[in-house]
Amino acid sequence: MTEIVLDPAPSDRPPPRLEGEYLRLVQQRRLYSFALLAIFLLLLVSGFIAADARNAGGFWDGLDHLGDFPAEVLSEAWANRARIPGLLIAFLPSLVETVNIAAVSTLLGAIAAVLLALLSTRGLARWPRLTTVFRRSMDAFRALPEVVIALVLIYILGGGPVPAMIAIAFHTAGALGKLFSEVAENADLKPVEGLTSVGATWGQKMWLGVIPQVAPDWLSYALQRFEINIRASAILGFVGSGGIGYDLKVAMQWGQGKYDQVVAIFLLLFVTIVIVDQISSHYRNLLVKGRAQ
Amino acid sequence: MTSLPLQPTSDLRGEVVALFARRRRFSFLIPALILAYLIYIAVAFDFAGIAGRARMDNAATLLSDFWSYKTHVTRDARSGSVSVAIEGEAKGLYPRDKWPAWVKETDGITHIDLGRGSLVTYEGDRATFTIPGSGDVVIERTPQGVTFTAPPGFPKERISASDAKVTVTGPQGRVSVSRAKTETFRYAPGWELFFFTIDSPFYGKGPLEVAALAVSGERIDPGQANIALMASEFWNNRMWHHRDVAGALFETILMAFLGTATGAIIALPLAFLAASNLTPSRSVRFGVRRVFDFVRGVDALIWTIVLARAFGPGPLTGALAILITEVGSFGKQFSEALENIDGKQVEGIRSTGANAAQRMRFGVIPQLIPVLLSQVLYSFESNTRSATVIGAIVGGGIGLLLTQAIITQKDWEDVAYYILLIILMVMAMDSLSGWLRKRLIKGGH
Repeated sequence: MTEIVLDPAPSDRPPPRLEGEYLRLVQQRRLYSFALLAIFLLLLVSGFIAADARNAGGFWDGLDHLGDFPAEVLSEAWANRARIPGLLIAFLPSLVETVNIAAVSTLLGAIAAVLLALLSTRGLARWPRLTTVFRRSMDAFRALPEVVIALVLIYILGGGPVPAMIAIAFHTAGALGKLFSEVAENADLKPVEGLTSVGATWGQKMWLGVIPQVAPDWLSYALQRFEINIRASAILGFVGSGGIGYDLKVAMQWGQGKYDQVVAIFLLLFVTIVIVDQISSHYRNLLVKGRAQ
Repeated sequence: MTSLPLQPTSDLRGEVVALFARRRRFSFLIPALILAYLIYIAVAFDFAGIAGRARMDNAATLLSDFWSYKTHVTRDARSGSVSVAIEGEAKGLYPRDKWPAWVKETDGITHIDLGRGSLVTYEGDRATFTIPGSGDVVIERTPQGVTFTAPPGFPKERISASDAKVTVTGPQGRVSVSRAKTETFRYAPGWELFFFTIDSPFYGKGPLEVAALAVSGERIDPGQANIALMASEFWNNRMWHHRDVAGALFETILMAFLGTATGAIIALPLAFLAASNLTPSRSVRFGVRRVFDFVRGVDALIWTIVLARAFGPGPLTGALAILITEVGSFGKQFSEALENIDGKQVEGIRSTGANAAQRMRFGVIPQLIPVLLSQVLYSFESNTRSATVIGAIVGGGIGLLLTQAIITQKDWEDVAYYILLIILMVMAMDSLSGWLRKRLIKGGH
């Protein structure tokens, strides 16, 4: 195409129909892109107008008051700053519970995901005819929002950390299962063939032939999931029960007079999330780079 | 292989055996650690206590509401009047002349046919429950309390009794007598009134009849066509609130869409500033990256709470909460994608004498768009799920309806309906985002 555009002497050639055609195509493409962009912007703007109309408070009004609540909380907490270190220690058990919910649900979810992934990957599946069944069940686990399972389980099992744990584990099994099976699809099948030739069982083939190949990637995904699950476990505590999210809800409902508690919980959550993010991204880098060598 | 010298082999053998032993110890250690952690969790989370507190009857109610509905036949103890209502709600009340065929009142005695030989009769303050094969259970309201007499050998687990209330569960339904009222619950498959409520002219008609009315037939309301009336009767259904539910679903998707799209638009220019190969200034990069870290660290929960205070409940607040969180995560992802682009294309464009803006437009953007779009579309799908939770906190969308329905602990058929809708919505968004990914990314090349 550069030849057409940059050709310095087109005069001694037949009229460049190709060039016209090309420009027409470019123009048409530009028109399409422009139309798509215009539709997108129209949707966006009308969406904001609709959302603003359905909101209790208006956008511009709210923007003026955006700083009010943080300022109120912070000023009260500053007045009671001497109490904060004590509160940080007092809320530590709840924080441990939140982290435990995330950890155990990641662990259980990952174990389930390993099984689901191996059973639904072509070439590795124990029962090749059932791969679709396992794949669809992973989709269903993934589609169920955690809050739905958690709220239903709270009603059945009562409060506490267990409903949140089960809810997050379910979702994790679906989400990790999909990622795990994408990794497993790319695994080298030669070790599996070798193990088959010496009469290994399905479990032995997977454990010795597949898992060592995929373990670094799987671990890396599981760590990333752990980061996500800490946030999810805090939110589920707020909506349902268990962990530091629940304490935050109680302190918020109390309102003024408990803002030092709110700040202590904010601080604990923030620090935990940052630390977990840092540790996890460090190890994930290590896992992925260690494999490349 | 056979010609290997013997001497070094024994050495190697020892090494290999030692390595295997070490690995074996290691591979036993990890499961042991996991098991120990799970035992600690089982104690810390009080698994044993949970099993005792679990309310399996609640689970059974929820499950049965997924596929069935119940009709209450209630006799008020004070006035002595009997009413028949779906789910016991005023909105599902049958008018006296339109009672279903299985309940009849003659000479002040109410006969209820639960099917398969199960019968219930109300006679003043006495209710008789006839269960085929088991005999008659008679429950009576007396000034001292509620008493019952069951035939010998009647299974005990079918009766739950106290002074104030006696409930007998049969294979076809349930009878409950309390000081205030006598009630019979008759279960039937399906969600009655899902399409039309009892007061609607279309109630009780089969699908073929309704279809025939829609296409032809005399106008029920002379003011409008039958099909329009049908649509409005369905849309304004007072039992299932289809209009409100559709509005809530729309709000949830709106929150996800606005938050994701605007978040991406804001994150893109910031990501250019955070990419080491495009922004030479170390301090700008550092500053922007810390902003991303801060936004991600504060977490969606806290942003949601702070925003809800300023903007009040509603979808806009939810959209803004998603927006802020997404700026953090998109910013990080986009800047990583920018750092991974191929420098050769940019160099090629530079060799033609392009300026910085042209290099971005023709060298960077074409490489970036597929990666970026795919990340945005993935997030759109997962944000539909987040919007359900955030809606429960900020008070908007289907998440709010679901939490409200669960908190009232009454309308379990609504809970079942909302759960189904949420799953369908997420699956639809999943396929929509997958379809768009395929169209936009593969179509672009």
